[in-house]
Formats: sequence, structure tokens, C-alpha cells
Amino acid sequence: MTTEALAPPKAVAARRHAASELTRSRVRSAMIFLLPMLIALAIVAGWPLLRTIYFSLTDTSLTNLYGGKFVGFKNYLGWTTLKSGRTIFSGLLVDPVWWNAVGNTVRFAVVSVALETVIGMIVALVLNAEFKGRGIVRAAILVPWAIPTIVSAKMWAWMLNDQFGIINDMLMRLGLISTKIAWTASADTAMTAVLIVDIWKTTPFMALLILAGLQMVPKDVYEAARIDGVHPIKVFFRVTLPLVRPALMVAVIFRLLDAMRIFDLVYVLTPNSSATETMSVVSRENLFDFDKFAYGSAQSTLLFLIIAVMTGIYIWLGNVRFDGGDR
Amino acid sequence: MKIKTLIAGLLVGATLGVVAAQAADLAIVSGDTGTGLEFLRSQLDTFEKETGNKVTIVPMPSSTTDQFGQYKLWLAAGNSDIDVYQTDVIWAPQLADQFLDLSDAAKDVVKDHFPSIIESQTVNGKLVALPAFTDAPALYYRKDLLEKYGKSVPKTWAELAATAKEIQDAERAAGAADMQGFVFQGNSYEGLTCDALEWVKSFGGGQIVEPDGSISINNPQAIAALEAAKSWVGSIAPEGVLAYQEEESRGVWQLGNAVFMRNWPYAFQLGNGDDSAVKGKFDVAPLPAGEGEGARSAATLGGWNVAVSKYSKNPDEAVKLALFLSSTAVQKERAIKQSNLPTIVALYDDADIATAMPIIPRWKDVFLNAVPRPSAPTKVKYNEVSNLFWSAVHDTLSGTGTAAENLELLEAKLTELKGEAW
Repeated sequence: MTTEALAPPKAVAARRHAASELTRSRVRSAMIFLLPMLIALAIVAGWPLLRTIYFSLTDTSLTNLYGGKFVGFKNYLGWTTLKSGRTIFSGLLVDPVWWNAVGNTVRFAVVSVALETVIGMIVALVLNAEFKGRGIVRAAILVPWAIPTIVSAKMWAWMLNDQFGIINDMLMRLGLISTKIAWTASADTAMTAVLIVDIWKTTPFMALLILAGLQMVPKDVYEAARIDGVHPIKVFFRVTLPLVRPALMVAVIFRLLDAMRIFDLVYVLTPNSSATETMSVVSRENLFDFDKFAYGSAQSTLLFLIIAVMTGIYIWLGNVRFDGGDR
Repeated sequence: MKIKTLIAGLLVGATLGVVAAQAADLAIVSGDTGTGLEFLRSQLDTFEKETGNKVTIVPMPSSTTDQFGQYKLWLAAGNSDIDVYQTDVIWAPQLADQFLDLSDAAKDVVKDHFPSIIESQTVNGKLVALPAFTDAPALYYRKDLLEKYGKSVPKTWAELAATAKEIQDAERAAGAADMQGFVFQGNSYEGLTCDALEWVKSFGGGQIVEPDGSISINNPQAIAALEAAKSWVGSIAPEGVLAYQEEESRGVWQLGNAVFMRNWPYAFQLGNGDDSAVKGKFDVAPLPAGEGEGARSAATLGGWNVAVSKYSKNPDEAVKLALFLSSTAVQKERAIKQSNLPTIVALYDDADIATAMPIIPRWKDVFLNAVPRPSAPTKVKYNEVSNLFWSAVHDTLSGTGTAAENLELLEAKLTELKGEAW
């Protein structure tokens, strides 16, 4: 949905004050063209979202989807006062499992997106240079992104396996480790394992978006810099980076949204490990495995709110413009 | 003329209806591992020939936890694509509402099965599923290695640890760098609940939640059991065991890289396959006992059943399939080809099975002493109980807190989860 928002009709935005008949009819036809998408969005995104929020305020269970009673905010925060006068809080907002998952998710999102941006930038710079066979390399670099996550997660699970895994075998042969590492089993390395796979998988996406930004940088700017004898590193920070910044910011926000709702990779690679359990994993568990559909809905709702707030802050801080123009 | 058309229409409809009833398209799910899928297909071919129905297998992940989540979702949505479900022994109370009552259809054959299994699949008088096979794990040991080092089959966990350590170290020194003493299922999933329940029970530490619903897990014997298990990780078991399910441990074992393994009977047949490095070199024994009062060998009761979805469009044919898959003939084939334990009492005295799979007649006693997981007393909350238990065990094994701390915490969480009553 965001892709469509990338290129709003410029004429409409720029000439809003001059509400001539022509402009009005243009707005009207724009609305008509947008209508099918808005309706589709309302059906596939809006309605489920509202329904989830509603479920989170009831005591619905999966075996009885339509018989839930309204319980207010009890799934979020509730309290009972014991006979001794002590008050016990319950609910999502005081659930350590949930906050552990939030911490894991944020940590994962920040680290993975940061590394993917840096590596993606390097890859994009390399691909932007003229060399023989560039087309093949560009296509090849997209392979990890093209493999379905569930397949690549399973593939990496075997590669990271402690006894038969190729990663341990290679590290052992190179003499870098003395004993085989149980990558996905140990709480210390589980997150690292997930990060490795995610970075491997999504760096191409990042590189592609940055590459698109790089190709829009006019060549004469570089020529001018070269004639002036500016050091290449200075060129990168003073010329390239500011010019690709709009594209970069949009790429980062896509990845951030994606990373915040990560599910499949963690679910396949390290199921049920509290070191990597993310918000989506925990809420799925409550929704389907446990008899706590309403509680899981509350978690999904909070997940939505957290992502919405984070995105809002990011757009505000970064002053991101989705039309890709300069600031 | 109108009436003629109507009659003709009705006739055509009726004929089509009859044809549809005679040859239905059925779908069955299967999370079988190893050669299980092939075996199921061969049985279904027989069923197709006998009844003219067509049965499609929908393959599922092997992890019971993964399967359950998917099935619960399908059933809650009233999905009619799947007619027959293969269900784990612990699921009956949680999915009872979504399956057909098989009491009438199975009234002639129910008495042939072990009463305890039929009881485990009966919820409020409704027979939710028919047993296909039962399961009780074994201690797999390498005959050749025990002989080489002059050791006997361990009767207690302490003996197992000592023997495993000695053989593992000696074998490693002799050049087998990948040799492990003992492999089991240590991943945090339902399988760990099975493994850990055996440790706790074998030390006389109860069975997490007792049949009357009381929470018994926080006791000194249970703590001793988990501490013992913790001492294995990194010494006789690889640290990676904390990510192993059944198939990963079988992988290590079948490559000849383990002295002992805890696994279900299915690994017996596969371990004797032609591609197995341990073919003919191993045997099985009951799992070791712990120490202290009430210590005994304990095996968690497993097993799979067949249930018919109440949303099936061809319930009659689906029930026939369920009856077929739990029948004596199929169970006998299954015992011989898959080394799965039958649920039909008479099959334990069957001469063909005794010849082909000597493990099975020996397993009758193990099975009769098997410990059920607390799925009956905890009802729909079982999954969460099991999840809390395996998490506490996994934390202990991976060194996050001691057994005493984790079990105390577990007791508090279970008490909160229980509330007034399960």
C-alpha cells in the first residue's frame, strides 16, 4: 500500500489552491481510481484490524469465536485485591514474557536494519561501479531475497546444526573454533544466528533500493568533484550520501516495519527460545497454541500500536518524504 | 412436463449423490517422519482398493506442537478440506468439540484395545479418536560399545552417566572425535516435556500435575532429577542437544555417534535400515531409574490416534477410514514395518510380530507402566502447562537459574494459571 503512496499526482498537490473546474474533476477522477484500492484495503486490512481490537476487549476463545463477552481492558491490565490487602496486577502490560518479546524484537530490528543498511550501501556502491559481468552479479545478489523465508530458514537451520552443520565444519577446519557451537540451542548465540540469517536474506533488498537511489545521482556532480580533486571518501559523505538520503530513509523504514513484525525466521530457527521470541511469535502462541485467543488479540493490537508509534517517530525525526524528492 | 423435468432432475441428483457417497475424496493429515509417510500411503492404497474412495495425504511438520497450532486453526475455522486427523494422545480434551463421536461406529472393536488408551481418548463419554498406535520410549544402547568396554546396560541414570562418559572419552581418544555419550530431545517443545517428565517420575518426583489436579512439581526429587539432567549437557550430551527434537537425536545416533539415545520405538526399525551405520549393533532397554524414594523406570505415554472432523463432507466414509487405520490388520503391518506399538492387546502375543520385531512383545510391560502427561486434569490449559514446564526445564538445562529456582517459579505460575480449578 505504501508503494502507491510513493508517487502521488504532483499536479494535485501543487495546485490545490487554484480550485478550478479542471482541478476538481482531476481530484474526482483520482478518487475514483483510488476507490477500489481503498475498499480492498478496508476489507483486507481495516476490518481484521478492528476485529482484532474488538477481540482484545473480550474473553473470546478460539473454540467459541462468536460467544465472547466484553471484559473491557482486563486483557491489558487488571487487578485483584487479595484478602490480605495486597493488590496483584495481571494482564499484558505487566507480563514479563511480553516485555521480553518486545525487547527482543526492538533489539533485533535495530541491529539487523543497521547492519543491513551499512552492508547494503557497500553492495550498492560496488554494483553501481562499471565492471564486466555487472548484470550477472546484480541478478545473483538477489537470490537470497528471492528464496522464500521459510525455505531459507530451514536451510540455515541445517547449516547451523551443531553436529552436521556446514558452518561449524568450516570454522573447525579453519581452526577458528575448537569445539562445535550449538548456534540455535544456546541462549547466547540464538539471537546471533537469527541475525546472521536475516542479514543474509534482506541485505539484497536494501542494496537494490539504495542502488536505485544511486543511479538517480547525476554523473556531472562526480565529475566536478573529481576535477576539484576531492578525496573519494569525502565525495561519499558530502555528495553521494546526501543525494541518496531520501531513498535510503524510505528503504530503512520498509525494513524497520518488516523487522518489527518478524515471525517466520524465528519460528523455524529457534522456536520457543526466550532469547529470540519476538512479539509476533508470542502472540501467535497465545492465539492458537494456548487457550487465550483474546489475550493474543491484545498482544497483536499492542504490536500494531508499537509499530505505528515507532514509524511515526521515525518519520518525524527523519523528516522522511515518501515522494523521494529533496527536502 | 415440468414434473417430468423435476423427476429427471431428482433422479440424476440421487444417482450423483449415491456415486459421491460410494467414492468419496478424503483427505488425511500426516506428520509422519522417516518412512512413515510411505507406509501410510501403502495402507491407504489398500483402503482405496477396498472401498473405492480416494484418499489424499496432506503432509505436516513432524513437530507435534506445530501440528496442533495448525489443526486448531483449521478446526476453529470449520475447514472441511481435511476429513481425518491424526491426533496426539494429549489432544483429546482440547479438540473434543470439533471431532465426531466414534463410540457407535467403534462399539464392536473398542474392547480389543487397551482400556487406558480408549479412556484417554474419551472426553465426557464421547470417543473422540481411535488409537492407531501407542508409544513408550526406550533407552537405545550400542551393544558393540558396551561389550568392548565390558559394561552392562545401565539401570540407573547415574550408571548411564558414568558409562556414557567413560566410553565417550575413550572413543574420542581413539579418534572418533564426534562421539557423544547420550542424546535425547532437549529442544523447547512438547518432546522436552516427555523427556523431563520421565526424569522427574523416575526420581519419584510425581508427574507435574497429579490426576486430582494438584500441582506437585516443586519437590526435592524433581529438583534432583533436573539437576542430574543438567549435569549431562556439555559432559555426556552435546550442548546442541538443547535444540534437538526426535529426528536430530536419531541423526546423531544413526551415524554411529552416540553410545545411548532416548527415543520412541520408531527409531528401532529405521536404525536397522540398510543405510544405518548402527545396523545390528544396538538394542533397547527400559529407561533408567533415578535415585531416592519412589524411584523407578518411567516412560512417558505417547501414541497417535485417528479422529474424524465434524466438518467433513463425507463423514461416513471418513469414519470408515478411521476404523480401517486403527484395525488389527493395519496395526499389525505397522508393528512389523514401522516398529510402532499396537494398541490391540492380542497383537502382543502375535507370532509374526514377535519374529519380525522382538522389541514389541518385550514392550508390553514398559507400556503398562507408562506415565501419562497431565493432559486429562489440566484440560484445555494443558498446552500452556506443558509450555511452562518445558520452558522451566530448558532454562535449567541451559543454565538460566537452578532447578530449585525454576521449579519454584513454575509452581507459582501453574498455581496462577490454575486459578480456582483447571
